[in-house]
Amino acid sequence: MINLISIELFKIFRKLRTYIGFIALAVLIPVIQIALYFEGDGYLDFATRNIKQSFVIVGDLMNGYLIANIVLQMLFVHIPFLIVLVGGDLLAGEATSGTYRMLITRPISRFKLVTSKFFSGLIYTNLLLVWMMILSLGVSILIFGTGELIVLKDKIYIFAKDDVLWRFILSYGFAALSMSTVLALSFLFSAFVENAIGPIVATMAVIIIFLIISALQVDILQPIKPYLFVNHMAVWREFMSDPIDYAKVINSGLILVAHIVGFYLITLYSFIKKDILS
Amino acid sequence: MDNGKVIEVKGLTKKYKEVTAVNNLDLNVYKGDVFGFLGPNGAGKSTTIRMLLSLITPTSGSVKLFGQDLIKHRLEILKRIGGIVEKPDFYLYLPAIKNLEILGKLSGADVSKKNLMEMLELVGLDKRANSKVKTFSHGMKQRLGLAQALLHDPELIILDEPTTGLDPQGIKEIRDLIIHLSEDKNKTIFLSSHILKEVQVIANRMIIINKGTTQIEGSVEDLLNSDTLSVTVEVNDLQNAANTIENSQWKKFLKEKNKTTLIFEIQDDDIPVLNKFLVENNVEVKSLVPVRSLENFFLKITEGGAE
Repeated sequence: MINLISIELFKIFRKLRTYIGFIALAVLIPVIQIALYFEGDGYLDFATRNIKQSFVIVGDLMNGYLIANIVLQMLFVHIPFLIVLVGGDLLAGEATSGTYRMLITRPISRFKLVTSKFFSGLIYTNLLLVWMMILSLGVSILIFGTGELIVLKDKIYIFAKDDVLWRFILSYGFAALSMSTVLALSFLFSAFVENAIGPIVATMAVIIIFLIISALQVDILQPIKPYLFVNHMAVWREFMSDPIDYAKVINSGLILVAHIVGFYLITLYSFIKKDILS
Repeated sequence: MDNGKVIEVKGLTKKYKEVTAVNNLDLNVYKGDVFGFLGPNGAGKSTTIRMLLSLITPTSGSVKLFGQDLIKHRLEILKRIGGIVEKPDFYLYLPAIKNLEILGKLSGADVSKKNLMEMLELVGLDKRANSKVKTFSHGMKQRLGLAQALLHDPELIILDEPTTGLDPQGIKEIRDLIIHLSEDKNKTIFLSSHILKEVQVIANRMIIINKGTTQIEGSVEDLLNSDTLSVTVEVNDLQNAANTIENSQWKKFLKEKNKTTLIFEIQDDDIPVLNKFLVENNVEVKSLVPVRSLENFFLKITEGGAE
């Protein structure tokens, strides 16, 4: 299996589309960092205008942690676009290029083939998030230094300097779970078609439709909202609260894991039964 | 292996909703055979090959390779087979040698650079080993397809129309390679084609299928060198000729009557006798064209029998 995964990773990282996500983050994050470097104080004044009337804020809130949090908030919605570029191509790409025939006539089981591709996709997803973490957290800390983290949610939280890093690590960990769900969904769609465009569009359509349903304040939709995986994807924000609602985190985490396993099993079943006609 | 049978197919059927691509097909390929699998385009050849290589599941029937059931022993069987299904496709963004390395690893083959280069040399691509496959012509891809099929030294090689789209020189090279594999390396070869002549040159046994059904099967020599010929006789006065034949022993050999021609199925030795008989009975013979029955039969199904 390790041999198969290394082959799949080799193929993934020899494709140009794989680097689109890495390049996009390498462009976008510095743009945000540069903008905040020059305009950050204005942003912070605007964000804290209400509390400044009642409190005196001592210290520098414009630091690497704040930048990393802003980057994560801003880009989290867009990362799925980068994930599906590769996830949608994992199986469909083989059909498009006609290489399914070469692969499936080898003495390897379809189970191993699908599983190795799935794990390779998960590795790509996590590498992309590590890259995002390095750029947003690592580089921001290098440029702006560390300090207290101010988080504006339903309440205003100010976390002590030494109480922040672990929150980021858990946030990125949960974000990895969320993005793995997106990967699993695009992988599922990828098993049914012979062109990667279909899974990419279908996955994004599902995410957008679910996000719209989640945002609609309509009574009839309330019962289905807990079952929409997109509602659980942003629960990483819970780590930027105090106290952390661990029950909510665990519940959402389990729902996302169930989705990942479910999408994988459906893909596996359909692929094992599939007639290769491409 | 059961009685030296490398491939044993019984009652193989594949249906897609209303369409029956392969219908109750039986065939046997023996060790050392170069087996021609002949049929017009759309006859069900590729569907059969896909079933032999477990790309698609049969609707019914059984496939045994090396005496083992394909579904139950898929992995063990595939270790002993190399193949090309339809056109060989590769990872276009990778060099030829990397494609071979990946496919070789999946087959458990020796993927040392020495072995990979030997394979590329065998198919004449050693000088293009590091070129990306997207720069390859169709013929070069076909040759690379053969290299990947041979990489793990399989006992059975399944080739689906390997000369399609090649120029005459490319066709000759592939034919020579197949003959070399059969004669010098003792490989069993299953070769599909829609060209009778190709099979005639390479194969020792063959089957013709059409509309997914067996039409004829046997030794190529027996089938092609059978004494029975289909003889088309063109005459000036068809009515006179037909009357003459009607009242003679040749009546039972007359198979077809067209506007100006009569078609007989007779033995090679009977041709001059028939000609003499017609001339002596004042039938003016314009031409007399013998065609082997198998060729005639294959031409007929090729012209009008495709699915």
